[in-house]
Amino acid sequence: MSTAINTHLGAAAPALRDPAWSGRVAWGLAFAVLLWPMLVLTEFKPWVLFDANALKPTLRFLGDFLPPRVSPDFLLLIAIETWRTVAIATAGLALAWLLAVPLSLLSVRVLSLSALSGQMARLPRVMRQIVRWSLMVLRSVPELVWALVFVRVVGLGATAGVLAIALTYGGMLGKVYADILESGDTHAASSLMRNGSGRLQAFFLALLPQNASELTSYTVYRWECAIRSSAVLGFVGAGGLGQQMDSSMKMFNGSEVSTILLVFMLLVWLADRASAFLRKGLA
Amino acid sequence: MSAKSGAQVTGQLGAQAANEVYKLPPKLFGARCQACWFVAGIAVLVAASFWSLDLRWSQFLSHDAFLRMGKFIGELLRPELELVFLGKVFIAALETLAMSALGTILAVLLGLLLALPASKTWPDDPARFRALTRLVLNGLRSTPELVWAALLLIAAGLGPFAGTLALALHTTGVLGRLFAENLENAPQDPAFALRARGVGELRIFLYATLPQILPQLISYSLYRWENNIRAAAVLGVVGAGGLGQMLAFHMGLFQMRETSTILMAMLVMVALVDALSYVCRKRMSA
Repeated sequence: MSTAINTHLGAAAPALRDPAWSGRVAWGLAFAVLLWPMLVLTEFKPWVLFDANALKPTLRFLGDFLPPRVSPDFLLLIAIETWRTVAIATAGLALAWLLAVPLSLLSVRVLSLSALSGQMARLPRVMRQIVRWSLMVLRSVPELVWALVFVRVVGLGATAGVLAIALTYGGMLGKVYADILESGDTHAASSLMRNGSGRLQAFFLALLPQNASELTSYTVYRWECAIRSSAVLGFVGAGGLGQQMDSSMKMFNGSEVSTILLVFMLLVWLADRASAFLRKGLA
Repeated sequence: MSAKSGAQVTGQLGAQAANEVYKLPPKLFGARCQACWFVAGIAVLVAASFWSLDLRWSQFLSHDAFLRMGKFIGELLRPELELVFLGKVFIAALETLAMSALGTILAVLLGLLLALPASKTWPDDPARFRALTRLVLNGLRSTPELVWAALLLIAAGLGPFAGTLALALHTTGVLGRLFAENLENAPQDPAFALRARGVGELRIFLYATLPQILPQLISYSLYRWENNIRAAAVLGVVGAGGLGQMLAFHMGLFQMRETSTILMAMLVMVALVDALSYVCRKRMSA
């Protein structure tokens, strides 16, 4: 019956095969060819996970996760380390802010007097470009690498973490502050400067009030990110929860690791909630 | 426009009060001023942080530390440029790229697999495992890659495999949640049409829902890949392969010239990725 209909309708019969099959097969093959060197480079051998030699310590370690260690002295230690994690993030971000504010003021093109009448003069232009480049260098080195470097210089402990966060986040804040200040309506600032006000006056009376909530909300968001990264910085010896987790892990102490992991998730969740609450208030 | 609305506002005010209303400048601190409380809270938090951390500024700002810092930077300025070593760094950079790409691919597959039970796509969808899957996704997401890598070292051993899995697990959490939200927000009419004809759930997903959310899925995945390249570069410092592992190794042996080369390779890689993503974004938005 169906063949009869098919012959009847001729070319108009619906295609029973996927009409795009040749393309799909070609892309699939190309993907497989690309995937192969990746699997080799990453030494992708999932079966090592189930090797008897590896499985036993893993299972024992995971078995230790339950129950988490909740003895009072350990919890007190973790509470102190948690506070230190928050404190490293806060102190680092405070220093980053001190670094970012002058640099972003230096690099904002809106606050250029010579640019009011046509093109910006050469010296200010070169100076702004240099400041922008240095901000880029600061933020393109990951904070973990800064931390490794500062652990070398100042030794293990919170100082290295604070400095690492200060430099990376200083670069990020400076760049984004400058972008925010330039992206808004710059009319008020330029008319103030055209009528003879100073650049700082134009900043405080026009640019800052216009953009204050956006700047604050971005800073709060970065504080949340800094808490997450300061918890991780401990793995290279920069203090806080990460350092505690690193040492517990080196001793294969599953119950301690699971307590720290839970506290860590709680901390990240709380920071996320706090930052969302504050940013909602600012909007 | 602003001048006009300003005139209207003064007109309204004028209707209420015969004289112009003069406001005193606000007090420096008032109990009802939320911004004041916000600023005060920040000041207290910052002060407490600096006070409670035993920061060794004297040590950092000492003559000795400056000498060490100067020596360190001096050594960093003379990178090792021997050809054999450069070849090794290149291989490590490729390894980092492969880790990030494979980690992202695994995460896309796993994320999509978990996003299906984590989403409630039509009003009568029972979605029994929604809460549970979302909990799993949150757990995967809120543990950073580096912690995953350190945990996986025990099971997978030193090397890039642990790093790849770590990236895959963390990214699964991130992408799974985004995909689930995408699935829930996709237009439901095509799926409804197929469901009304009794088509199975798998085919509804493949022919109605997936084609609609595919552009979003791809753009999220590419964005995460970009992030993962940056993460993979440093992931190695706990021993999970790539440039980071080389960095930690040579820095541990105080071989500063090699360290400097690796640091530069990292920066070049991150800068290239940034530039490429900037160009792509510009192309796509244009």
